[in-house]
Amino acid sequence: MNFYSDNKALKFHLGHPMIKQCIDLKENGYTDSEKFDYAPKDFDDAMDSYDKVLEIIGEIAGEIIAPNAEDVDHEGAHVENYRVKYAKGTQKNHDTLTQAGVYGIALPRKYNGLHFSMVPYVMAAEIVSRADAGFANIWGLQDCAETIEEFASQDIKDEFLPRIATGATCSMDLTEPDAGSDLQAVQLKATYDEASKMWLLNGVKRFITNGDAEIKLVLARSEEGTADARGLSYFVHDKAWGGTKVRRIENKMGIKGSPTCELVFENAPSKLVGDRRMGLIKYVMSLMNGARLGVGAQSVGLSEAACREALKYAGEREQFKKKIIEFPAVYEMLSLMRAKTDAARTILYETSRWVDISKSYSALQRGGTTLSPEQRAASKAAGRNADMLTPMLKLFASEYANQNAYDAIQVHGGTGFMKDFPVERLYRDARILSIYEGTSQLQVVAAIRFVTNDSYTALINSYAEQKVEPQFEHLRTILAKMSDKYLKAVETVKGFENEELLDFHARRLVEIAGCLIMGHLLVLDANRAVTEELPNSSDYVKSAEIFIAHAAAKVKEHSTFIKHFNAEKIANYKSPAARD
Amino acid sequence: MFKIIVLVKQVPDTRNVGKDAMKADGTVNRAALPAIFNPEDLNALEMAIQMKDRIKDAEITVVSMGPGRAAEIIRESLYRGADKGYLISDMKFAGADTLATSYTLSMALRKLEPYNVVICGRQAIDGDTAQVGPQTAEKLSLPQITYAETLEAIDTESVTVKRRLERGVETVKSPLPCLITVHSSAAPCRPRNAKRTLRFKRALTPSELQASSTDYSAMLESCSYLRIREWSAGDLQAEPQRLGLSGSPTKVKKIENVVLAHKDAKMLTAADADVESVVVELMGEHII
Repeated sequence: MNFYSDNKALKFHLGHPMIKQCIDLKENGYTDSEKFDYAPKDFDDAMDSYDKVLEIIGEIAGEIIAPNAEDVDHEGAHVENYRVKYAKGTQKNHDTLTQAGVYGIALPRKYNGLHFSMVPYVMAAEIVSRADAGFANIWGLQDCAETIEEFASQDIKDEFLPRIATGATCSMDLTEPDAGSDLQAVQLKATYDEASKMWLLNGVKRFITNGDAEIKLVLARSEEGTADARGLSYFVHDKAWGGTKVRRIENKMGIKGSPTCELVFENAPSKLVGDRRMGLIKYVMSLMNGARLGVGAQSVGLSEAACREALKYAGEREQFKKKIIEFPAVYEMLSLMRAKTDAARTILYETSRWVDISKSYSALQRGGTTLSPEQRAASKAAGRNADMLTPMLKLFASEYANQNAYDAIQVHGGTGFMKDFPVERLYRDARILSIYEGTSQLQVVAAIRFVTNDSYTALINSYAEQKVEPQFEHLRTILAKMSDKYLKAVETVKGFENEELLDFHARRLVEIAGCLIMGHLLVLDANRAVTEELPNSSDYVKSAEIFIAHAAAKVKEHSTFIKHFNAEKIANYKSPAARD
Repeated sequence: MFKIIVLVKQVPDTRNVGKDAMKADGTVNRAALPAIFNPEDLNALEMAIQMKDRIKDAEITVVSMGPGRAAEIIRESLYRGADKGYLISDMKFAGADTLATSYTLSMALRKLEPYNVVICGRQAIDGDTAQVGPQTAEKLSLPQITYAETLEAIDTESVTVKRRLERGVETVKSPLPCLITVHSSAAPCRPRNAKRTLRFKRALTPSELQASSTDYSAMLESCSYLRIREWSAGDLQAEPQRLGLSGSPTKVKKIENVVLAHKDAKMLTAADADVESVVVELMGEHII
């Protein structure tokens, strides 16, 4: 099994026309090929390299990680002498990917990385997640390298970055018992030690994914007497320096292979990353956006697994002398699962492309290039698109993954409730996706400003302006009607002139915008599949039609609710009845 | 430098046999089966890489006898850890049985002397003879270790290997150079490495270079590691009558499709006496 080559949608999204711009920017003249024998010489060479490396990851995902997933789920990780011991399968997965040289995928070559665009990097994350969403965390935390690369001093970069490619694991240590969604409340103390010229960390971190990693990025309070975000700085700690203990790992519902640790820091030496006081305000926010993109990939991978498991079972299981897939109630579920997965995937790669372009411009600037006014404008636009798409992606992909895992069990019936089939694990693994790296509710908080300042409207219009074949006009008509409803709903909510009412309706508005964005992207995908005459182009058309039909109904539901909402009735919601 | 040679073969994937796997005349329909790296040759390659990991100053050369497309598994070896490759290819080699094959390979190995160790898979899944390794060793008067499972120790003078035998394991030590055949129970081969894959993806044989629509000659000029050497019968200075079909005393008389059908089922009760009798019978047959 190869989880890359058995899924044609991946190559389709990799081959999006915008990838040329992504790679040209990333490779900046393809000059690395003079220094590194594995660097591409031109665009086609780079695409070929992406394809080859995704083949490798697809094979490892299909042949090693997926078959290990069940045992890893049963065995989990455990603590021995204050250190984490991975499940056997987890260690094997990690060792194999290390041998395959696919840690440090996005890192510059001078740090031993592959310097790939975000698009194939995110695709690799999707592939690994389809095999085992829990393991995808351990692999995906190589994201931490990005933060070091972007913000740390040259010394720190030279010290830590080359180790990523040789398999050094990472963690980002943010959450504390009293600081979850509200990271401003972080208490872990950092004090500068003149003697060792190091910062010493003291305190407790909780719910730390892969908390016993070798390279740790730690958010800590460096400014005594402060109580908000401005007193927080970001530090890098090497496990080899000592001073950390894993007190326990959580007994979780899902993603059991990914150890969630409670960590004690006792005079743990560390080095400052970037500037003091910028920890939360700048660096964590940047890391968090990357992590949200990662959860998007994780969610799409899990949805893909759920779709496939359900489809396979429905084609084999017979009831009433028929395959259950022949019953409308079942085939509708399966088609909707596929449409949601395709919708989440298209926004995943759209987001990845903008993130990629934005990051490439930043890298150019860090490298000393002065951007032209056009480039500055392009960089800014890419950054804005990335910022506005990331919470939308995280919100929808994770919610769809949960819905798809739920439906996958439903298709299996009672059997799906047993531990005999993978769907039961998928269901448990999916549940965290809409919670960690910012709950769905927080994604709405991040997204709502793009509703009120009309950024989403501009984005939606930019999609609507792209020409498509006449066969898609009817979908464009439906989308145009949805847009009208969206604008009216936004206007209605703005008309309340009340912050609380805006917050109250925020999710509905963001969801309408999301339906529009994904609907348009699916039309553009279908149009490209048809014009490129792909043998499976009808699959893309089907998903666009199914998704838009359901999205139109969803938009109607939300817009009707908003239209008929009596502002005074918010009081009904404020004190949910306890019935005591 | 310590020189390790790995003999590898591209084979039809007989593990996933469909209904069109055999032709009407009873021969293997190679066109219908995907061509893969012979599984035990991958175990052999892994053992070679482990040797290199321990010896450090070592070089792995992969040798494959086969048609032009066998260059695919040579590249695959480069992606996983080999350093260079030779394709032994000539129409004159066609139809070779194990005797002619081992003769051909031994002539190639003579050209590659000096080397410290030769490693190959125990057997190929298309023929299942397990003869080519031992015959090659005999022709070169090399000591041989068959059914190798674990590399216990290696230095420039000797190698110690654990062998997987029918009823247990045996640890043997051999002076070098020697030939080792590796069993499927040995460590599976490590995956393709991303950087190696990107570095060697344009490694080509001269024939492939000629057939390619893009002109890579300048690139191969500057990057000699991208050259997969190709040797024909003439290059090996082999006796023509010992090659291919004419060098193969094995003649296939007839091939039959065997349809397995069960017969004479034996019914047993759960009584102790019945259970005991079946245990005794199975032990007598060496099944348990």
